[in-house]
Amino acid sequence: MKPVVKRIIFFAALIAFWELGSRLELWHETILPSPLSVYESLAAGFSDFTLVYDLAASFRRLLIGLVVSLLIGTAIGILLARSKTADDTLGTMVLALQSVPSIVWLPLAMMWFGLGEGAIIFVVILGGTFVMILNVRTGIKNVNPLYIRAARTMGSSGIDLFMKVIIPASVPYLVTGARLAWAFAWRALMAGELLSAGPGLGYTLRYASDFGNMSLVIGVMIIIGVVGAVVDQLIFQRIEKSVLRRWGLEN
Amino acid sequence: MFIDIKEINKIYMDQDQKPNTVLKSINLSIRKGEFVSILGPSGCGKSTLLSMIAGLTDATSGDIFVDSKKVVKPGKDRGMVFQEAALFPWLNVSENVMFPLRKEMSKEEGLERARHFLAMVQLSNYANLYPHELSGGMQQRVSIARSLAMDPAVLLMDEPFGALDEQTRSRLHGQLEKIWTDTKKTIVFVTHSISESIKLSDRIIVMGTRPGTVLTDIKVDIPRPREEHKTEMAVLEEEIMELLKKEIDKVVDEELAYEASS
Repeated sequence: MKPVVKRIIFFAALIAFWELGSRLELWHETILPSPLSVYESLAAGFSDFTLVYDLAASFRRLLIGLVVSLLIGTAIGILLARSKTADDTLGTMVLALQSVPSIVWLPLAMMWFGLGEGAIIFVVILGGTFVMILNVRTGIKNVNPLYIRAARTMGSSGIDLFMKVIIPASVPYLVTGARLAWAFAWRALMAGELLSAGPGLGYTLRYASDFGNMSLVIGVMIIIGVVGAVVDQLIFQRIEKSVLRRWGLEN
Repeated sequence: MFIDIKEINKIYMDQDQKPNTVLKSINLSIRKGEFVSILGPSGCGKSTLLSMIAGLTDATSGDIFVDSKKVVKPGKDRGMVFQEAALFPWLNVSENVMFPLRKEMSKEEGLERARHFLAMVQLSNYANLYPHELSGGMQQRVSIARSLAMDPAVLLMDEPFGALDEQTRSRLHGQLEKIWTDTKKTIVFVTHSISESIKLSDRIIVMGTRPGTVLTDIKVDIPRPREEHKTEMAVLEEEIMELLKKEIDKVVDEELAYEASS
C-alpha cells in the first residue's frame, strides 16, 4: 500500500472516531467539539473572510520577520565563521541566546516598539535569526578543504574564492538553516500573536478561547498545523532534498 | 631544467611538539615535456612534495622553481588533479571545466575551450550533467579536462586513479598517455602503484620513507605502447619491488616497535 493511501485511511479513521465519540457523548461538546462543528466554524470564518484576513496578517509578519532574520543570520554567521575573535565573543553570546525562547523577549519588545506589529515582528526575527547564524557558521566552517585547494590551483583566492566556492559549497547548510529558521519563526509568530492585538491567527485563537468558542480554537489550531506542515514538506524539504542530492551529501 | 626542486626539507611538529621530518633534502630536476612518476610507500611525503610544487604547502626550507620562477603560491601555470575529482557539485560539467577560465575569456570562448577538452577526455555528451550524475572515472576525466583547460605548463597528478576500479584505471592510463603525447605537457604523477608508474612514465623517482628521501631515479627506456613489452615491464617491476621492500619492512618494524613500547 502506498504511504499516501495509508495516511488517508489513518486520518479518516481518526476523524471518524472523533465524530463517533462526540455523537455518543463520550465527552462534552464544550471540552472537545465534534469535527462537524469545527468544520462549520472554519467554513463560517472563511466565508466572512475573518480567517482570510488573519492568514494574510500572519503571513505578512512572518514574511517580513523571516526575510530579515535570514539576512541578519547570514551576515552574522559569515562573520563568526571568518573571525576567530568574533566567534569567541559574539559566538558565545549567540549560543547562549539561542536557548532563550524568542517569545520571552515580548515584554521588552512591547516596551521598545509598542503593542503592535513592531513587537511581534521583532520576536519573529529573533526566532529565526539564531538558528540561521549557527547553520551559516557551521556551513562555512565545514566546506570540504579539497574544494578550496582545487580552486586555489585554478587561480581563485580572496573574495573570489569566498563568493564562488565557499558560499556555494555551504548551500546545503544555508537551506537547512532557512528551513529551521522558518519553523522557529512560525512558532514565535503564533506565540507573539496570542499575546498581542489582532488581526492574526494567534489573536483569533485567543479571542475564540475568551468567548468559549472551542470549535474555532480547534479550527485555528488545525490551520496553524496544516500551514506549518505544508510549507515545511512541500517547500523546504523538497529544496533541501534536491540540494543534498546534487551536492552529493545524500546517504 | 624546467622544474627545479632544491634542497627541500619539511618538518612539522606533531601533537607532542616533537619535530617530525617528512621530507629530507629533496633535490630533483624535471625536463620540459617529461612524464615523471614519484613512487613511494604511503607516508613518504610524495603528496606533500607535489603539493609544494602546486604552491599549496610551504616547505620548511629549500626552493622550487617552475620555468625559472620561484613557487610561492598556487598559479594557473600548474594544474592539479587530486585523488578525488574535486568537481564543484553546484556547477555542471562544462561550467566546472570553465571555472578557471572565467576571468580571462568570454563565456563563448570558455564554452568553446571546455568543449575541446571534454572531447579530449571523450565526455562531449556529458557537458550538461552534474557531477553527482557521473561515475568516479568520468568525474576524474572531467577533472583532468578542467586542469588542461587552463593550459598549464605542468600537470600535477596526485594518485588520480587511486580510487578507481582496475578496468577504469587501465582505460584512463591509455587516455592520459594519449593526452600527454598530444599536448606535450610536463606531467608529475604521484602514485604508490609500481606497475602504474612503469606503464606511464619516462622516469620514476623512487622515494623512501621516514624521513622522505629520494632513493633512486630510474629512467624507463621501454618503448611505447608498453603493453607490447610485458617482459621488460615485469623485470623492472621486480627490481623496484625489491627496492621498496626494504622501505616497507622499515615501516612495519617501526610500527611493531611502537606497538611493543605502548
